[in-house]
Amino acid sequence: MEQHIQAPVTREKIENLKAGDYIYLSGTIYTARDAAHKRMQETLDQGKELPFSVKGNVIYYMGPSPARQGRPIGSAGPTTASRMDRYTPTLLDMGLGAMIGKGKRSQEVIDAIIRNKAVYFAAIGGAGAILSKCILSSEVIAYEDLGTEAIRRLEVKNLPVVVVIDSQGNNLYETAILEFCTGGNK
Amino acid sequence: MRTITTQEITKAIKEMCIEANHTLSPDMKAVFQAASQKEESPLGKKILDQLEENLIIAGQDMIPICQDTGMAVVFIQLGQEVHIQGGSLTDAVNQGVREGYAEGYLRKSVVSDPIERVNTKDNTPAVIHYEVIEGEALHITVAPKGFGSENMSRVFMLKPADGIEGVKESILTAVKDAGPNACPPMVVGVGIGGTFEKCALMAKHALTRNLEEPSPVPYVRQLEEEMLEKINGLGIGPGGLGGTVTALAVNIETYPTHIAGLPVAVNICCHVNRHVNRML
Ligand code: SF4
Repeated sequence: MEQHIQAPVTREKIENLKAGDYIYLSGTIYTARDAAHKRMQETLDQGKELPFSVKGNVIYYMGPSPARQGRPIGSAGPTTASRMDRYTPTLLDMGLGAMIGKGKRSQEVIDAIIRNKAVYFAAIGGAGAILSKCILSSEVIAYEDLGTEAIRRLEVKNLPVVVVIDSQGNNLYETAILEFCTGGNK
Repeated sequence: MRTITTQEITKAIKEMCIEANHTLSPDMKAVFQAASQKEESPLGKKILDQLEENLIIAGQDMIPICQDTGMAVVFIQLGQEVHIQGGSLTDAVNQGVREGYAEGYLRKSVVSDPIERVNTKDNTPAVIHYEVIEGEALHITVAPKGFGSENMSRVFMLKPADGIEGVKESILTAVKDAGPNACPPMVVGVGIGGTFEKCALMAKHALTRNLEEPSPVPYVRQLEEEMLEKINGLGIGPGGLGGTVTALAVNIETYPTHIAGLPVAVNICCHVNRHVNRML
């Protein structure tokens, strides 16, 4: 099913999403990848506040290429989500609404998604040029010294993503493969 | 004896880094189009169409095909009759990478140390593989490599008794484990034989071979075809979201090996399989 969704997200909206749904996401989202997650974890360990409230928000695992003059951002596709798995359950327990990345998640993350009624979206890996066209503006809000890995606030319009793991734990990566597997190599 | 200056080399490398990150080679485009025709999943087809559009936008608007513009892998074949003038060849290559990644608005993804992890901010150093050949030409291949797929690559030190069946199983294992992480449809580079490091290098090099040109060795060609079919039968599909096109090509290189071993390396590459060749 195709749906339009606004970020930040609400629990009611998320609970209605099913693995396999094709979503056009608009609104405000935040980027963070490996180094930013590490720093956010250290910040929490020191009992300090995160640079943005994760509650109801969407994190896009993405580190863009530099913007050319007159453009909000460079190439801007998803990075592999599993590298963030170690940090993710904590953020989900703090209220993180959704994540956009690509690739498999750990069981701990899936459990935290179900526990908190969150959602994991996949964007198309390797489509950074076309995806950049859905980004209207980009502003570094923390960890500027990390370069491409800094935390950015993005305004996006109709960013195409697919629900891979829904709030009930259904996992499209596992179910979709079975449909096209020709057997013998299972 | 022929003289080539380091300035010429730096300039070539710079241009090649920019070109590789904005346009795929004709063979990549051809296998891509062929794949789109074959995809049976509607969602898979939609993704392949978007990837084709992505390529067009990248070339037209000069936006890198993928934001991971890679670590620059450079193969240099240096004719033994060539004299390099103007300083170190390695420095010239790295200077080309530095200039290309700055001027091309490419992402700087290299850290100076694997544990301390401080970004070098110019994407150097490159990973450079030198080979000395006969003649007075200098052949350069620039192949920026993304790490979503690099991280899913494997080396298997098989036993001779494992034979070709063991090789097939290793390739399928690597591809299955890679799944959606490697941005399928993938290109699979395989090295069989040699030593531990030789097979890995062959697997990397195999990714730079024209995808429409099968191996000249009959059994290797058969193996390439068979593995492509088997991989596409896994059902992983574009984006890992299910489908009949999981790989665009399987390229295999082989080398003599030791009586006691059968090394196999599988270097997984995504659909952004970048490689540009030039001869100076
Ligand atoms: S694996 Fe390839 S397509 Fe995917 S993000 Fe990395 S470089 Fe881009």
